[in-house]
Amino acid sequence: MATLEIADLRKRFGTIEVLKGIDITLEKGGFLVLVGPSGCGKSTLLNTIAGLEQISSGEIRIGGNVVNHLHPSKRDIAMVFQSYALYPNMSVAENIGFGMEMRGVAKAERENAIAAVAKTLQIEHLLKRRPSQLSGGQRQRVAMGRALVRRPSIFLFDEPLSNLDAKLRVDMRIEIKRLHQTTGSTIVYVTHDQIEAMTLATKIAVLKNGELQQVGSPSEIYNRPQNTFVADFMGSPAMNLLEGTVTQQGGAPRVVIARKEGEPIMLPVPASVDAGKLAEGAKVIFGIRPEAVNDSESIDRNARSVVKFDATVEIVEPAGADTFVVIHAAGKELTARMRADADVRRGQNHTFAFNLDKAVLFDPQTTARI
Amino acid sequence: MTTVTERQPVTALAERHTGPSLRGRFQDWLPRLVLAPSFVLVLVFVYGFNLWTFFLSFTSSKAFPTTNLIGFTNYLRLWNWTFETDPPSNWYTALVNMALFGGLYIFFCLFLGLLLAILLDQKIRGEGILRPIYLYPLALSFIVTGTAWKLFLDPRIGLEKAVHDWGWTSFHFDWVVNPDMMIYCVAIAGVWQTSGFVMAMFLAGLRGVDGEILKAAQIDGASTYQTYRRIVIPIMRPVFFSALIVLAHMAIKSYDLVLSVTGKNPGGAAELPSTFMYSYTFTRNQMAVGSTSAVIMLMTIAAIMVPYIYSETREKSR
Amino acid sequence: MTSADLVTSAPPRRQNSHSLTTRIVIYGLLALFAVVYLVPLVVMVMTSLKPLDEVTGGNMFALPQRLTFAPWADAWDQARIGVSETRGIHGYFLNSVKMVIPAVLISTLLGALNGYVLTKWRFKGHKLVFGMMLFACFIPFQSVIIPMAVILGALGRIGNDLYDLTGWSFGLGNATVNLVIVHVIYGLGFTTLFFRNYYETFPNELVKAAMIDGASFFQIFRRVLLPNSTPIFIVTVIYQFTNIWNDFLFGSTFAAGDTAPMTVALNNLVNTSTGVVEYNVNMAAAIIAAAPTLLVYVVAGRYFVRGLMAGAVKG
Repeated sequence: MATLEIADLRKRFGTIEVLKGIDITLEKGGFLVLVGPSGCGKSTLLNTIAGLEQISSGEIRIGGNVVNHLHPSKRDIAMVFQSYALYPNMSVAENIGFGMEMRGVAKAERENAIAAVAKTLQIEHLLKRRPSQLSGGQRQRVAMGRALVRRPSIFLFDEPLSNLDAKLRVDMRIEIKRLHQTTGSTIVYVTHDQIEAMTLATKIAVLKNGELQQVGSPSEIYNRPQNTFVADFMGSPAMNLLEGTVTQQGGAPRVVIARKEGEPIMLPVPASVDAGKLAEGAKVIFGIRPEAVNDSESIDRNARSVVKFDATVEIVEPAGADTFVVIHAAGKELTARMRADADVRRGQNHTFAFNLDKAVLFDPQTTARI
Repeated sequence: MTTVTERQPVTALAERHTGPSLRGRFQDWLPRLVLAPSFVLVLVFVYGFNLWTFFLSFTSSKAFPTTNLIGFTNYLRLWNWTFETDPPSNWYTALVNMALFGGLYIFFCLFLGLLLAILLDQKIRGEGILRPIYLYPLALSFIVTGTAWKLFLDPRIGLEKAVHDWGWTSFHFDWVVNPDMMIYCVAIAGVWQTSGFVMAMFLAGLRGVDGEILKAAQIDGASTYQTYRRIVIPIMRPVFFSALIVLAHMAIKSYDLVLSVTGKNPGGAAELPSTFMYSYTFTRNQMAVGSTSAVIMLMTIAAIMVPYIYSETREKSR
Repeated sequence: MTSADLVTSAPPRRQNSHSLTTRIVIYGLLALFAVVYLVPLVVMVMTSLKPLDEVTGGNMFALPQRLTFAPWADAWDQARIGVSETRGIHGYFLNSVKMVIPAVLISTLLGALNGYVLTKWRFKGHKLVFGMMLFACFIPFQSVIIPMAVILGALGRIGNDLYDLTGWSFGLGNATVNLVIVHVIYGLGFTTLFFRNYYETFPNELVKAAMIDGASFFQIFRRVLLPNSTPIFIVTVIYQFTNIWNDFLFGSTFAAGDTAPMTVALNNLVNTSTGVVEYNVNMAAAIIAAAPTLLVYVVAGRYFVRGLMAGAVKG
C-alpha cells in the first residue's frame, strides 16, 4: 500500500480546468518532487493533497484512506511554506507546539516533543525567540520543526527554498536531503528549480499546464524524457533539440541533420529506437544533451556509438569548470559541454563527436519520444 | 554607471550644473524657499499661536487679551474645579463627560469596527455594497450627523414615539432631552459616524495578514475562532494602536457633534472641555480660563500624539 | 498594494466553507448593521418630504403619505436662520462654495510643492520639518482660535484702513477670505503629508534624468511630477473638500451672521428655539448641507478611503 495515491485528479476553477487527470503514486519513504514552470499547477496540486483546496473529481488516498473530504488537520500531513508562515506573535516553541495545542495534547508531552525536535534541528537556543528575531535559515528550520513534531504520514513542502539566497539554498537543500535520509519520511516537494528536483527526488513528476508530462526517477526523466518539453525543461543547459529527416538509404536507417554550410551530419538512428517504425523522409527531432557532444578525445570511452563531424565554432563560453561551445546545425544552435581547458577558438573549424548512446528521437508532431 | 552617493545625489548634480553664480546659489536655495512659506505659516499660526494661548493662560484676560500676568492662578482654579463635585463645576462635568464619552466612543468604535471587519473578511458576497454603507457617515459633517440623531432619538417624534405606535407603550427613551443622559446620545451618534473608519483600518490590517499563515493554522487544526483569537487579532496590534490614537484625538477635539446633538446644552450637562473652552472664552468673557482649558486639551493630545508621530517618522527614515 | 487598496479590493481568501448557520448569522449581522447605518439617513430623507403635521403626528419610520417638496423649497429660500434677516440657506450654501474652492485648491497646490521639496530636494533637518508640520495636523483648534481671532481682527482693521486709503480692502476683513486663510493654513499639514508620502515612492531616477536634461526646479515639478500625480491629487482634493466643507468650529468663530458657511447656518436653523420647530425643513436643510460631500463620496469612494487611510495610518 503506497503512502500517497492520486487517481485521475481534476480541478476546475469555474470553467477552466487547472489540473487535468493526475495519476501519481508514492511509496513510503519516497521523495516526490513536483516540478514545472510557473502556472503549471504544481502548487495547486500540493494544496489539494493538503486539503487546502477542494478537487473537482478524482481521489486522493493517504495511507490507503480516501481523504478527499477530510479537513487538512485530519489528513495526517504537515506542510512547510515558501514564506515559512510562522506565527509572528508567538515564540519559536509556541509556534512548534501550536498544532499540538489545537489537538489537545497535554503540556508536558508538548514540551518533550518540542525539545526533541529542537535538538534534531539544532534550534534549542532559539526556542524563546520570536520569528522576527530569526534569520531566514533559522526560520526555515523552525518551519520544518513545526512540521516534524507532528510526525505525519506525508510532509508537504511548497517551494521552501525560494526565499533564500543562493548559498543558503544549497545548504538547506542538503539539510532537507539529510533529514529525509535519517528520518525516512515520505515527502512531496514543489519547486520550479529543476536542480533541486534532480538532487532531492526519488521520483519526479513534471507538470505543464495542469497536465502530467512524465513521472519517473531522476535518471529516467533526465536520460529518457518522454517528450520535448521534459527534455527541454530538465537539465541545464537544456538538451539540444535538432530537426532532422530519416533516410533508409545506404542500408542502416539514419537521421540527416542539415546545416547552413557544409555537409549535413549523418547519424545512425539511436539503438533505443525501433527503426522500423520510421518512414522514409519522416521528420524527427534529434535530442542530445550538451555533455554528450564533445571533443573526439574527451567523449566517453565506453560509448558504443560515436559519430564525428566537423563544425565551425561560433561562441566559446568558459564557465570555470567546463567550457560551453556553441556551434550551428540545422538552423539551431548546438551547445557542447567541453573540458575547461579545451582548445577551441571562435571561428575555428573543430572536430566534434556525438555520444549516440545518450541520444533520443522525438516526433515533431506529437512531441513524444519515439 | 554608478551614482556617487545615494544620500544627496540630487543636490550634488545641481551644484555641478549651476556653479557658484548668483543664479546657481538661488537654485540651491529655491527648494527651501518654496517650502519656507508653508513652514513659516505653520510655525507662526500653529506653534506660535499655541504659545500665545499658553501665554494667555497665565494672564487675567477677560473679554479681551491682556498682558497682565497672574501666574498659575487659572490653572489652580481649574484644579480646584476638578474636585468640585457638589454641585459639580462646569470643568468637573466636562472632565467626567470627556471620560465617559471618550471611553464609550473609543471602545465601541474599536469593537464595532473590528467586528464588522472580521465579518466582512469572511469571503461574503456583496461586500462592494456593504462597505460603502458602513463608511458613508464619514462624509457627513458632524452637524448633519447630530441633527439626524437628534431627530431620531427625540422622544416626541422619534424612536420613542415610533415604538409606542407599534404597540410597546411603556417604552421610554428620552435620553436626548434628559440632561444626565445626553452625553450618551452624543456617544451613539459619534460611534455611528466613525466606526466605519475603524472598520476600514481593521479590514486593511486583516487583509494584510499573510495567507500562508492562515493555511498553516488550518493544517494545525485551529478553528476559525481560534485562528482569530490566537493569531490574527494579536497580529493586528499595531492597527489597534493606530485606531486608538486617531479615535482619542477625535474624541478630545469633538465640538460640533456635541453642539448639534444637545442643542442649547441646558445647564451645561453635556459639557466637554471643547465646549467649556468656547463658552468661557466667548460667552462668559473669561478668555484666560478658556485659554487654560485649551492648553490642557493641547497637552493631552500632545501626550498621545508625540510618541506616535516620533515612532512613525523614525521608521520611515530607513 | 497599499493598505487602502486592501480595503477596496476583495481578494478571495480561505477556502473553508462555514456551516450554513454560521453564514446566516454572518449575513444577518451584516444586514442588521447596514440597516442601523442607513436608517438615520432614510428617516432624514423621509422626514424632509413630509408636511409638518405628518412629522409631529406620525411615526418617523412611516413613508410620507402626502409627499411634498415644500420643505426643500422652504429650506432653500424661506427658512429663518437664527436672528438673520436673510431667509433660506441658499446664501450660506454659496458662502461655503466660495470658501471651499479656493481653500482646497491653494492648500492642495502648496501641499504638492511641499511634498516635492521634502522628498526630492532633501536638506538637513527635513525630517524635523516634516515632523513639525505633521504634528500641526493634530492640534485641537481650540488652542489657536483666540490668537487667530485677534489677528483676523487686526487684519480687518488694516483692510478698513486700506479701503479708506485706496478704495479697496484687498480682501482683508472679508469673512470668506478669512476662512480661506484659516483653512489653508490648517490644511497644510495634511496636504503636505499626503503628497510627501506619495512622492516618497516616486522614482528618483525620473527626477535625476530630468535634471541631466537641464530642467529647473519648477520645470521638473510641472513636467515630471505633476502629470503623474493625478491619484494623490484626487485623494487630497476630496479629503480637503470634505473636511473644509464640513468644518464648523472655524466657521462659527470667524464668520458669523450673513457670511457664515453652510454648517453654521444649519446649526443655527436647527437649534433656533423660537416658535414651532419645522423638523421637515431642518432635515431638508441638513440634506442640502450634506449633499456635496455625499455626492463626492458616492462618485469617488475609493479615493475617499485612500485619503482616510493616509491620514491615519501612514503608507
